[in-house]
Amino acid sequence: MNKKQRRWRDRIVAAIVIFFAIMALEKTGALEAVFSEAAVYAAFALYFAVFLLAGHDVLLKAWRNIRRGDPFDEAFLMTVATIGAFATIFFPETEPQSAEGCAVMLFYQVGELFQSYAVGKSRKSIADMMDIAPDYANIERDGELVEVDPDEIAVGDVIVVKPGERVPIDGVVTQGASQLDTAALTGESVPRHVEPGADVISGCINMTGILRIRTTKPFGESTVSRILELVENASEKKAKTENFITRFARVYTPVVTIAAVVLAIVPPLLGWGPWTDWVLRGLTFLVVSCPCALVISVPLSFFGGIGGASKLGILVKGSNYLELLSKVDTVVFDKTGTLTNGTFNVVAVHPEAGVDPDYVLSNAAYAEAMSDHPIAISIKQAYAGEIDQARIKDVKEESGHGVEATVDERVVLVGNDKLMAEHGSSWHECDLTGTILHVAVDGVYAGHIVIADVVKEDAADAIRDLHAAGVKKCVMLTGDRRDVAEAVAEKLGLDEVHAQLLPEDKVNAVEGLLAHQHGDGKLAFVGDGINDAPVLMRADVGIAMGAMGSDAAIEAADVVLMDDKPSKIAQAMRIARKTMRIVWQNIIFAIGIKVLILVLAAVGVANMWLAVFGDVGVAIIAILNAMRAMRIDE
Amino acid sequence: MRKSFKLDEIDCANCALKLEDAIKEVEGVADAKVNFLTQKLTLTTADDADFDEVLDRVVALTAQVEPDCEILR
Repeated sequence: MNKKQRRWRDRIVAAIVIFFAIMALEKTGALEAVFSEAAVYAAFALYFAVFLLAGHDVLLKAWRNIRRGDPFDEAFLMTVATIGAFATIFFPETEPQSAEGCAVMLFYQVGELFQSYAVGKSRKSIADMMDIAPDYANIERDGELVEVDPDEIAVGDVIVVKPGERVPIDGVVTQGASQLDTAALTGESVPRHVEPGADVISGCINMTGILRIRTTKPFGESTVSRILELVENASEKKAKTENFITRFARVYTPVVTIAAVVLAIVPPLLGWGPWTDWVLRGLTFLVVSCPCALVISVPLSFFGGIGGASKLGILVKGSNYLELLSKVDTVVFDKTGTLTNGTFNVVAVHPEAGVDPDYVLSNAAYAEAMSDHPIAISIKQAYAGEIDQARIKDVKEESGHGVEATVDERVVLVGNDKLMAEHGSSWHECDLTGTILHVAVDGVYAGHIVIADVVKEDAADAIRDLHAAGVKKCVMLTGDRRDVAEAVAEKLGLDEVHAQLLPEDKVNAVEGLLAHQHGDGKLAFVGDGINDAPVLMRADVGIAMGAMGSDAAIEAADVVLMDDKPSKIAQAMRIARKTMRIVWQNIIFAIGIKVLILVLAAVGVANMWLAVFGDVGVAIIAILNAMRAMRIDE
Repeated sequence: MRKSFKLDEIDCANCALKLEDAIKEVEGVADAKVNFLTQKLTLTTADDADFDEVLDRVVALTAQVEPDCEILR
């Protein structure tokens, strides 16, 4: 609680104590004993004093609104309702409502205070969530470390990050080694090891050693600044539900106010009962006429959902995308870099009978030693030993087929079946899918190596989670060969595969899938943000993954996954659904209770106490419910 | 020109909505957004307007509409 809230609280508590004291005097007959006939007026005066103590700020605010000619707000309505209740004193034929008038104001103020406290609390947790931007950077000047505003650091400057500090600006490590905690950015709890030459991303916490980092971007364009900007502006892209609430709020108050006036005037004119009775019902109407429960809780839920998702390394660029994400029933994946690592790895070595697998691998590694082709690199990685360049002679690349080299005076052939056929070597097929590299030494077939793009560890889980979350169709698009694509699809449990696609075919494939969407279901496309910007834009929801530091992906996508785990998609959907559930709970609950109270008030069953609950009580419950959206269970 | 300011003590969401509507009507304001949760005002002025002059008008209006609320600049 801040100072203002504390003063406010003290004032209300004092008013409540006095209120009950007066009530005790009244009920025990003490007032009557002293004032006899005039006891009612004495009670009125005492309650009115408490009323002023508790609610003078509300009255003042209402007065200002009237003077501006724009009276429709809570303060005005509360003022009219309570003053109206006090005014019953002038109509001796009805029971005086002084205690009610005073209590309504007290109850209203308690509710407002609590509301202000709850909002302050959720603001604070939002602020904490976004507290990943360091407000200084260390640079070395004349051998001493100085703290400067990160905005002043130019690209290429060397900054120093001490253990426990956050990296303020993206850059490359020039000196030092350390562990980086990237949890604030990716939700990943395993620290990352960095040493000279490694790229580091702002927002990570340096855990163990001192790092010197040469900056590669200005502060304003560094990852952490971009993320914060994105999350803060996310609420500007409003969801349909939010727009509905805003429109609803704009008409609801005037409509209820007019209804209240009609209710207070028309029935008594028709002679259906005493004026005071109907006026009181009209006043009760006014109390529930503020849409605050909705106006606060709906955006708060969205903000909470977006904030909670960002804790897990999922950036949602707007409430509208969160809403769309909750309705996704088709997820289209790009294969490479999304479901697979996008790097080639040796997955198997199949030597001929009697041949050592190491012999196959070492010959292949020597023959490919000079090449920078991804396949060659993967073989060299798989080969444990050192490569002695002196043993290699006469390397001849046969474009698209393979390589021929002389290693230790022996001719080594490494390549596909065409290369084998050309050189008259025998070979045989493999039952695994992937790229097959045959190895022959001096014309004798030694065996083959299977190289494939490895499926990500959590890819199968990701698809299963999506299906469990109600996604009807998981589709994979790839430029890869059909057999490779189908093998991956089967392994992962995908529903549909489109293989051998050119980049432009992917847009068409997504268009085709979009045309088959029916009902409310939305289509999400997941890519790695490289070359697939048009598809990301075309899909209802474009999801880019592995976006740590990739500006293109952050620009084109609607949802950005900071790390490259496909399982985050199902997580994002769960958060989206939970948020939407909370939003609808609040909408139905708030409107439902208000309408119920309006009906009860119109027929004269609901009193003002109930109406105050309908206003502040409902708002508090809705805010508490909305705060749940922020809590993320891993 | 577009700039963001912190809004101190903006207490009710409906008031924020109204303040936003009111600021949008100010001469020289092209667009305004009041974010109740982040307590931020994002003000975009028309191309030919002097930003500081417009801001003065906005601050004056805010003091009138929501006296509790202050634009920190």
